[in-house]
Amino acid sequence: MLDLTWLLIAVPLASSAFLLLGGKRLDPWGHWVGVAASGTAFLVGLVALIQMLGLDSHDRSHAVHLFSWIPGGELNLDAGLLVDPLSMTFVMLVTFVGTLIHLYSVAYMEHDPSRRRFFAYLNLFVAAMLLLVLADSYLLLFVGWEGVGLASYLLIGFWNHKPEYATAANKAFVVNRVGDMGLIIAMGLMFTYFGALDFESVFAAADGATTAQLTAIGLALLVAACGKSAQFPLQSWLGDAMAGPTPVSALIHAATMVTAGVYLIVRSAPIYAGAPAAQTTVAAIGAFTLILGALIGMAKDDIKKALAASTMSQIGYMMLAAGLGPIGYAFAIFHLVTHGFFKAGMFLGAGSVMHGMNDQVDMRRFGALRTAMVTTWVTFGLGWLAILGVPPFSGFWSKDKIIEAAFVGEGAQPWILGGAALIGAGLTAFYMSRLFFMTFHGKARWTDDQHPHESPALMTVPMIILAVGSAFLGLFLAMGDRFSTWLEPVTGHAEHHEPVLPVPVIMIATLVLVALGVWAAWRKYGAADVPEVAPAASLATIAARNDMFQDSVNRGVFERPGTHLTRTLVYADAALVDAAVDKTAGGWARTGESVRKTQNGQVRSYALTMLVGLVIVILVVVQGGL
Amino acid sequence: MSFVTPEIAWAPLAPLIIVLGAAAAGILVESFVRTPERRRVAQLTLALAALLAAFGTAVVQWAMLDGAGTVVLADMMTVDRQALAWQVLILVFGVLGTLLFASRTRAGEEAFTPLGSVAPGSTEETIARRKGFQVTEVFPLALFAVGGMMLFTAVTDLIFLFVALEVFSLPLYILVALARRRRFLSHEGALKYFLLGAFSSAILLFGAAFLYGATGTTAYAGVAAGIASATGLDPLILAGAVMVIVGLMFKIGAVPFHSWTPDAYQGAPTPVTAFMGAATKAAATAALIRVVYEALYALEWELSLLFWIVAIASMLLGTVVALVQTDLKRMLAYSSIAHAGFILVAFAGFPDGALSALPFYLASYGLATMGAFAVISQVRERAEDGTVLGEATRLGQWAGLGKRSPLLAGAMALFLLSFAGIPLTAGFVGKFVAFAAAISSGAWPLVLIAVVASAAAAFFYVRLIVLMFLTDVPEGQEDAIEIEFSPYARTVVILTAAAVLLLGIVPGPVLSVFENAGVLLLGAAG
Repeated sequence: MLDLTWLLIAVPLASSAFLLLGGKRLDPWGHWVGVAASGTAFLVGLVALIQMLGLDSHDRSHAVHLFSWIPGGELNLDAGLLVDPLSMTFVMLVTFVGTLIHLYSVAYMEHDPSRRRFFAYLNLFVAAMLLLVLADSYLLLFVGWEGVGLASYLLIGFWNHKPEYATAANKAFVVNRVGDMGLIIAMGLMFTYFGALDFESVFAAADGATTAQLTAIGLALLVAACGKSAQFPLQSWLGDAMAGPTPVSALIHAATMVTAGVYLIVRSAPIYAGAPAAQTTVAAIGAFTLILGALIGMAKDDIKKALAASTMSQIGYMMLAAGLGPIGYAFAIFHLVTHGFFKAGMFLGAGSVMHGMNDQVDMRRFGALRTAMVTTWVTFGLGWLAILGVPPFSGFWSKDKIIEAAFVGEGAQPWILGGAALIGAGLTAFYMSRLFFMTFHGKARWTDDQHPHESPALMTVPMIILAVGSAFLGLFLAMGDRFSTWLEPVTGHAEHHEPVLPVPVIMIATLVLVALGVWAAWRKYGAADVPEVAPAASLATIAARNDMFQDSVNRGVFERPGTHLTRTLVYADAALVDAAVDKTAGGWARTGESVRKTQNGQVRSYALTMLVGLVIVILVVVQGGL
Repeated sequence: MSFVTPEIAWAPLAPLIIVLGAAAAGILVESFVRTPERRRVAQLTLALAALLAAFGTAVVQWAMLDGAGTVVLADMMTVDRQALAWQVLILVFGVLGTLLFASRTRAGEEAFTPLGSVAPGSTEETIARRKGFQVTEVFPLALFAVGGMMLFTAVTDLIFLFVALEVFSLPLYILVALARRRRFLSHEGALKYFLLGAFSSAILLFGAAFLYGATGTTAYAGVAAGIASATGLDPLILAGAVMVIVGLMFKIGAVPFHSWTPDAYQGAPTPVTAFMGAATKAAATAALIRVVYEALYALEWELSLLFWIVAIASMLLGTVVALVQTDLKRMLAYSSIAHAGFILVAFAGFPDGALSALPFYLASYGLATMGAFAVISQVRERAEDGTVLGEATRLGQWAGLGKRSPLLAGAMALFLLSFAGIPLTAGFVGKFVAFAAAISSGAWPLVLIAVVASAAAAFFYVRLIVLMFLTDVPEGQEDAIEIEFSPYARTVVILTAAAVLLLGIVPGPVLSVFENAGVLLLGAAG
């Protein structure tokens, strides 16, 4: 079955093509094809997983050769898949969560006239994402990387009849291009230094490479990861990406695609092993983004944008862990998996709320929904407890490990990184509780035409399954270090290091901060009345509401100078380059006109030309020769 | 004096015998098949069958050839891989040309006059047209030309070279004069072509006489030996060498021996222009290769000036004058002059690489040429009353063609891009290998000029593309153009377009075939 893993990519891809090309006659039932394709991929993945579990841990890396892709002098590249515990983890996450979200979308998109196209894009995304994680070379990974970018673009702008949604899609696309340049540059460097792009050769060559080379590659890869995973300074697109239908936000912009950057870093572990500076940069970016995201999340009133900020912050945690090296890799992926469950679950919950509230997203117009939507409330609550890191729910097992790992090290680093992770936990507790209380507790602040009701079973069942995962998956995978052991063949065995603070102290400090955060949120948004319009606030809050002025910064630093630069270049092009070319061309045309006159139609003058020409060349040759 | 019967290796002569035999048979067909329509069918079938049979025989020869090749008629003729490669190429052009000769408009009108021997516009001509006369002799004439050209690629004796030259030139002079429309222009072009051709033949003969005088032989090998043994440099040898080469450069269409080209290209029936443009250049290049590499190789240093001057002059004049042309056929004629310059660039320094680069170059150039003229033959003027007239060759008439007939215009664009040498077309690979050969012998300044000329030439190719695709049809001119449909011409367009693309994207197999062809049996170059 491991050799058949190409089916994982082929089936959703075929289904996507089928749905796109099939035309309107597929409208009544096409979406079920999409669900079936995703489900089939899940089953293939499951069988492969079971088979892999039956193998010894050091046999679990399996290479699947597909075809010879780029056969050529200095670069020989085969297209192939690498099936190992890391990629299988992603396969299971993507296909399982993906299938549930497909199912949910059948009901969520029921009244949309383009539901078939929506499922085609979702299938395309699944195929591209699986190609991304299964590829055995950076170049093939890049194909998947661009594929998910395309799917993301198409789905963010799915309702592109609204100009601001189309703009959001463009923004995501443009920002991602910046990251993609990082990946292209990284591949260029690999080709220059190592002459190879497949993981095996690159990692083998990384052993003998200089620190400077590896640092350059590592930083370029980090740029790529920042773009895809919405990390500072390329974070600006994620909030706007919430323009897409909510299932898209759940699958692509929470559970899977945005974590591709973390995958890239963890997959490139051998490169970062030789580049400590690049690795520390990864951790620093992660720590910074996790605080940034948390601060933005504290001020957002749009439920989806608050969740998006939270996603950014949680991926910050993963990046932080990935930047810690071997001790953090397993936890980064562990948190990625649990986050995939609880964040997808909460997004679906948010979708369910919007479904019941006429697509309202302003939390100031929610409140007291716990009675109207019991299932949504309970499932969302489990996700909430999980992201807070309350034991024994999933987030506790993964996040707590990251905080502990961040405290490992020497000098100031553990205090800065650990401190950020610790404070982040408190902030997370505050903003997630704020979101939860504003939505489900307090007084009803609904507009008059809103009659909240529970969503149909097709939507609640996926939410329930994800909630169960949010609750127990962490415990299940953490027991006996099951998950770390499973990933060990890829991430390597991590020596145990003692944090600078005793583990119980860190754990208690975390829980105390979380409790404080929840308490503060309850005081302000659960017990007290929430104004229906955002009140005037301090400068800090306004900054957070405006995503820390990220768009203004981008505009000032990049867009305006860029515009001026292009204008200058256009002017220079017209005044210098074009003018030079035009003048030259004009000169040649005049020459042509005058030479043309020798072609006067008189055969005697033609013959004379020949004769004169002949005499000249004979003289030249004979003179030259003698 | 005793006469020794020469040993004749008949098998290598088979392709030639088939083509020339069929040409002779075609003359008999003219006499015995009475109805014009049946005669046409018979001639077309005969010509195609002969060309394809010769093609097959030549390919078999190639497969069975032992080592480099065979001497066929003592010193007179050699059939080696180089000759076979050129012969196959000329046969391909022959087949495509024959298809174009057979193409007709929807109204059943051919490219050729119904009766060549009557005065234009005379009553006899009108009668001939009404009676449905056809000059079906064009098929045997084309076969004679193909046979002569095939011979031209294989001869290794100056006298025989002249014979072959005349064998393929005379039918071409006649063919050029047979245009159905604008017959005065056609006659004028043919007469100029004939007069200047005779002049150049005289120059070639004169040169051959000089060489004979200096070395006592007309065989290439003997001439080479004579040059090698000559003490000091004999002006007789140098003048003779230059004059023989000039005679061949005339056929290639290089400056200053190019004057016939625009008039003959424009005046000739378009199918003839297509065939002549592709095949004559190929045959003349093949003959020039043989003369230069087998007979005059020792004069490399002395002759390099000649090639440099003529190459630069051709590239510059061809490109510059093409810029200001307003007639499509004339523009392509000047483009062919520029291409003659590019061909001569590959000769600079007599690199070994030219032996395999030039066949590829001529293949790419010839295919694109045949394709382009095939497209031209399909774009016609239409009178107010709806009757279809001659070809619309004024540039302005092609405005908006992309909208009328996207496929035809797309194919034309492809051919033009190939002329310009844009990557992914055969023209790019052709220029690349030709210039690479010149670089290998150190002629980089010449290549530099060639590259600049190619870039400048791109202007007038792209201008036509812009005209076809980005310009609207002028007001009131919507019905002035008729897109003809002839299955024969369309076949040629499709085949050549496919070949140009294929050679541009995967040139490997064909390049390696020509790589094998880069060996001369008697090569002084080795």
